[in-house]
Amino acid sequence: MHSVVCIKQVPDSAQIRVHPVTNTIMRQGVPTVINPYDLFAIEEALRLRDRLGGTVTVLTMGPPSAEESLRKALTFGADRAVLLTDRFFAGSDTLATSYALAQALRKIGESWGPPDLVFTGKQTIDGDTAQVGPGIARRLGLNQLTYVAGIDALDLGAGIITVRRRSEGGVQELTTRLPALITMLEGTNEIRRGRVADALRAARAEVTIWNAAQAGITELTLCGLRGSPTVVKRVFAPTARAETAAFIELRDQTPADIAEALLAEITTRLPGIEDELLRHAAGY
Amino acid sequence: MEQERFDAIVVGAGPSGNAAAYTMAKAGLKVLQLERGEYPGSKNVQGAILYADALEKIIPDFREDAPLERHVIEQRVWMMDDASHTGMHYRSDSFNEEKPNRYTIIRSQFDRWFSSKVREAGATLLCETTVTELLKDTKGRVIGVRTDRSGDTLLADVVVLAEGVNGLIGQRAGLRKELKPDHVALAVKEMHFLPQDVVESRFNLKGDEGVVIEAMGTITQGMTGTAFLYTNRESISVGIGCLVGDFAEKRVKPYVLLDAFKNHPSIRPLLEGSEIREYVAHLIPEGGYHAIPKLTGDGWLVAGDAGHFVNAVHREGSNLAMTSGRLAGETIVWLKRRHEDCTAANLAEYDRRLGESFVMKDMKKYRGIPGLLHRNRHFLDVYPRMISRAAQIWFRVDGTDKRSKEGQILGDLRKTRGIRGLVGDAFKLARAWR
Amino acid sequence: MSETAKPAPTGRAGMKKQLPDRFKPYRHVWVYVEVEHGAIHPVSLELLGEGRKLADKLGCELAGAIIGGDRAALQDAAVAAWAHGADLVYVTADPILEHYRNEPYTRALTALVETYQPEILLLGATVLGRDLAGSVATTLLTGLTADCTELAIDEERSLAATRPTFGGSLLCTIHTLNVRPQMATIRPRVMALPRPQPGRVGRLVEHPLDLREEDIVTKVLRFLPDRDSGKAQLAYADVVVAGGVGLRSAENLQLVRALAEVLGGEWGGSRPLVQKGWMTADRQIGQTGKTIRPRLYIAAGISGAIQHRVGVEGADLIVAINNDAKAPIFDFAHVGVVADAMEILPALTAAFRRRLSVNRLAG
Repeated sequence: MHSVVCIKQVPDSAQIRVHPVTNTIMRQGVPTVINPYDLFAIEEALRLRDRLGGTVTVLTMGPPSAEESLRKALTFGADRAVLLTDRFFAGSDTLATSYALAQALRKIGESWGPPDLVFTGKQTIDGDTAQVGPGIARRLGLNQLTYVAGIDALDLGAGIITVRRRSEGGVQELTTRLPALITMLEGTNEIRRGRVADALRAARAEVTIWNAAQAGITELTLCGLRGSPTVVKRVFAPTARAETAAFIELRDQTPADIAEALLAEITTRLPGIEDELLRHAAGY
Repeated sequence: MEQERFDAIVVGAGPSGNAAAYTMAKAGLKVLQLERGEYPGSKNVQGAILYADALEKIIPDFREDAPLERHVIEQRVWMMDDASHTGMHYRSDSFNEEKPNRYTIIRSQFDRWFSSKVREAGATLLCETTVTELLKDTKGRVIGVRTDRSGDTLLADVVVLAEGVNGLIGQRAGLRKELKPDHVALAVKEMHFLPQDVVESRFNLKGDEGVVIEAMGTITQGMTGTAFLYTNRESISVGIGCLVGDFAEKRVKPYVLLDAFKNHPSIRPLLEGSEIREYVAHLIPEGGYHAIPKLTGDGWLVAGDAGHFVNAVHREGSNLAMTSGRLAGETIVWLKRRHEDCTAANLAEYDRRLGESFVMKDMKKYRGIPGLLHRNRHFLDVYPRMISRAAQIWFRVDGTDKRSKEGQILGDLRKTRGIRGLVGDAFKLARAWR
Repeated sequence: MSETAKPAPTGRAGMKKQLPDRFKPYRHVWVYVEVEHGAIHPVSLELLGEGRKLADKLGCELAGAIIGGDRAALQDAAVAAWAHGADLVYVTADPILEHYRNEPYTRALTALVETYQPEILLLGATVLGRDLAGSVATTLLTGLTADCTELAIDEERSLAATRPTFGGSLLCTIHTLNVRPQMATIRPRVMALPRPQPGRVGRLVEHPLDLREEDIVTKVLRFLPDRDSGKAQLAYADVVVAGGVGLRSAENLQLVRALAEVLGGEWGGSRPLVQKGWMTADRQIGQTGKTIRPRLYIAAGISGAIQHRVGVEGADLIVAINNDAKAPIFDFAHVGVVADAMEILPALTAAFRRRLSVNRLAG
C-alpha cells in the first residue's frame, strides 16, 4: 500500500506583522510550520500503514527551505520525502500548483509504485482555498473524497475504500474505488510523536529534491506565474473605519450603572431590538 | 536490536552546544546533538552581540555566510538617573576593519545558521527532543541519555551538558544545585522595527556600522541590573534585566521596568517611530565565579550558561559560551585521539584548558563583583544621581565662578556619601575589580 | 492562491491581458444555487443579491445554476432564485444527482458552463461548494478565488475579487485575466441577504445530464443527519455574545452563555479559545471559523485582531467589552466599554433580564 501526503510549509500566520511604513509583510524571523491541517493527513496515512503495511511518501512544492517541513514529516515516521522546487514555480496559483504536484505524483508513481491514496489537508492557513486537492484529483483521474472524517474500511485487494465524509447537516458514508484522493477534516486524529528511531532516521534521511525537469514537468507555460490564470493586482491594508466607538462613561459608575447605560445605548441604536428580544425570549 | 552508540552526545543547540558539536564533528567524531526547542535558537534569547574572535576560532570564515546585522564601531556606556545620562562613548573608524571584532545579531537566525554548519560538519541533530535523564552505569558513570521520545535510549562515551541557564538535567542528576535567586537575572527584551535609513541617520552610521549602548543606574529602580540598546540593520534591540531575587523583593514586574526605560528621555527619542515586533524574556546567570558548578565528572562535562560563564561586568556571555564549548569539544577529541576514556580524571583537562583561557581568568577576576553590587545597592542609585548632579553643576554656565562650582560638587559628594564613604566605595570597587 | 504570488509587474500583466477570442462570447453572471436534502442553502440567496449588482454593472443577465435529483425541490429553488434577482435559471435534474457526489455534480456544472458560457460563476464556500468549485475550475482550467470578502467590476469589465491574505493581516484583489469563466467562492453571511421580490418570475432552461449511474464509481451508502440539539446556529443568529481570552478561564464562558440565553441568542468565541480547549470549533467566530451577521454582537474579552474582525464586521451593532483601552476591537466596535468583562457581563445579564421580564409582564 503506497500513500502519498501532499503538505505545504506556511508562515505561522499568528506571528506575521505588517511593516508600518512600507506595508510589506515582515517575514523575517517568522517561523514556518507545516500547514496544521496537513498534520491530520499525515497521521491518517501513517495509521493506514500501521494497519495495512506499505509506505508513506511526503511531497511538497516550495522554496528550498521547505525541506525543513519534509524532515519534520519524516520525524513523525514517513518513509520518504520529495521536495519539488524550481524558480519556474514562483508565483503559482492553485491551478499551476495542482499541475506541478500532479506531474510529480506521476513521477513518484514511476519511482516507488503508483499511489493507492493521495492525502492532503482540508485547506492551507495561508491560502484557505481548499482547491489544490481537488485539482490534483481531477488531473490524475483520482476519485475525490473531501472533508473525510474517518476511513471505515479499505480492501486493498478489491481496491475499494469506504469513508465517512462531513457534509452539510450530516455525515455521508461513501464508498469508491482506489486510487483516490482524500482531504482530511481537522480534529479527526492526533499527530503522533516520532520515536527515537524515527527522529534519527529523519535527521539522516536523504530528501529527494526535484526541479521541474526531474519531476517530468515539460510544459513550463503551465507553471508559475505564466500558468496561473489568477493574478494579484493589489495588496493593501484594510482601511480603518471613519467613526470611532462610542465609549460608555465609566467614572464613578458601578457595574450595574454601566450595564444600564449600555442597555440604553443598545436599545437606542437598534430600534425594535427590544421587541425582537422579547420574541426570542418567549421562544418564538 | 542493536542500540545506537555515539562518541559524544551534546545536550542543547545554543552557542556552546553548537561550538562543542561542531568541533567534535569536524574532527570526525560521531556526534548526536539534542535540542528541546522546535529549531535551534527557538528557546534562546540574547541582546545580541556576537564576539567574532570566539567564533573565528571555531569557524574562521564565518563572515562569508553567517547572518550578521551590524558591526559595532561605537560603544556607549551610560550612567543614568531619572532624567539624564552621563556617559562615555568610544567610536573609532578602526572598527571598520576587514574582519570586524563585534557584531549585532538576531539569535533566532544566527543559531539556525550555526546549527546548519554543525550538521554540515556531520553531526546528527534532533529537535523537539528533550533529554529527561542521564543514564549511568553501576559505578555512577554517565553512559548516555533518555529523552522524551519513546523507544531506545541513546548511548555515548561522553555527554556535554550545554543545556543553558535553566537546564534541569544537571540538577536532576545531582550534578548541580538549584539556581539561587541572587545568582540569576531575569532579562526582558523587545525588538523595535525601524527603517534602515532611520537607524543610520539617528545613530550617525554608514552602511553596516552599528552602535551598542550599555546602561545602568536608577533605571533599575534600586535593583541590581543593567539595560541595553543595540542597533540591528532594520531594528533596535532594547532590554533590561535584574536579579530574580531583587524583582521578587521589590515586587516590580520586568515589563514595567522595560516600559519605564523605553520612556526615559534619553531612550525614547532613539525609539521614536519604531514598531514593536517581539517581546521575549530569559534568564541570565549572574552569580559569577562562586556560582560555577562542578564542570566535569565521569562521562560528562558542562559548557555555556549551564556552567554559569557570564561576565557580569563586561556583559559578555556568548563568547564565553562558545569558547567553553570549543574547549569541551577539543578536550574530548584530544582524549579520543589518545584512546583514553572520558573519566573525571581525564576530563580534568577541560578544567585546565578553561583555567588557561580568558573564560576562567575573567570569571575569577570579577568574582567579587556580584557580591559587591548586591551589598552596595547605592552604587546603582546614589552614585548615578550624584554624578548627574555634579555634571549639571559642571556643565551649566551660569556666571558662577569655577572654583565655587567645584566646591558645590565636592560639598554634594561629601553630603551624599561622605569622604569615608567615597573612599570606602573606591576601595571596595578596586578590590573587586582586581 | 499561493502566497508566493506578488502583484504582477505591468509588463507581464500586459502580456496576459488579452482575452483569447474563444472566451469573448462568454457573458452573464451565474450563481451556483446549492440545493441539498430538499432545501436551498441561504448562501446562494446572498450570492444572488451580490450577483445582481455585478450583472447590473455589466449590463447583463443574472442566472442561477441548479443541480439535483428532487424535482420539486429544484422547482422551489428556481422560484426562490427568481425572487432574489435571477433572470433565468439553468436546471439539471437527474436521479443520479439525488445525493451530492463530486463526479456527477462536476460533470453537470461543467456541462452547463461549457454550453451556456457565463463570464462569472459564483459559489458559496460551503462544504459542497468548495468540493465542487475546485473540481470545476480545474476541469475548465480557469481561475478560482476563494473566500472572497468583496466583489466588484473594474473598468475593463473584469471581476475584482478581494480576499484576506497573509493570515488576514492584509487584503488582496485578484483578477482572472485571460480565462473564462471567472470563478469565486464566498463564505456564508459575508454578503447581505437581498430583499426578495415574491412573484417575480424568470426563464427556465433545462439541460440533461450526460452520465449513467454505472459510470460513476463513488456510491453513497447512507446519509446520517446531525442531531439538531446542541448544534450551534451561529451563522444565522440575530444576537450573538462571544468571549475571548480576556475571560481568563473556561469557567467564565458561563457568563457569556448566561447573557446569550437571556437575549435568546447564540454564543461563541474567538479562535484562541478553541486552541486552549475551552470551546469546540463549531462555535469559533472569525476568518477561519464562522462569519456572522447578527443585529447585535457583544464581544467580551476579545482583543479584536483582524482575523476576528473579518468574521463580525457585518453585524449591525458591535459592542465591545475589554479591559484594555488600546485593544484593536475598539477600532471597529460601535459601542465600547473599557472595563472587566467578568463584572459587566453579569450586570448586563441582570439588566436585560429585568427589562425583558418587566415588558413581558406589561405586554
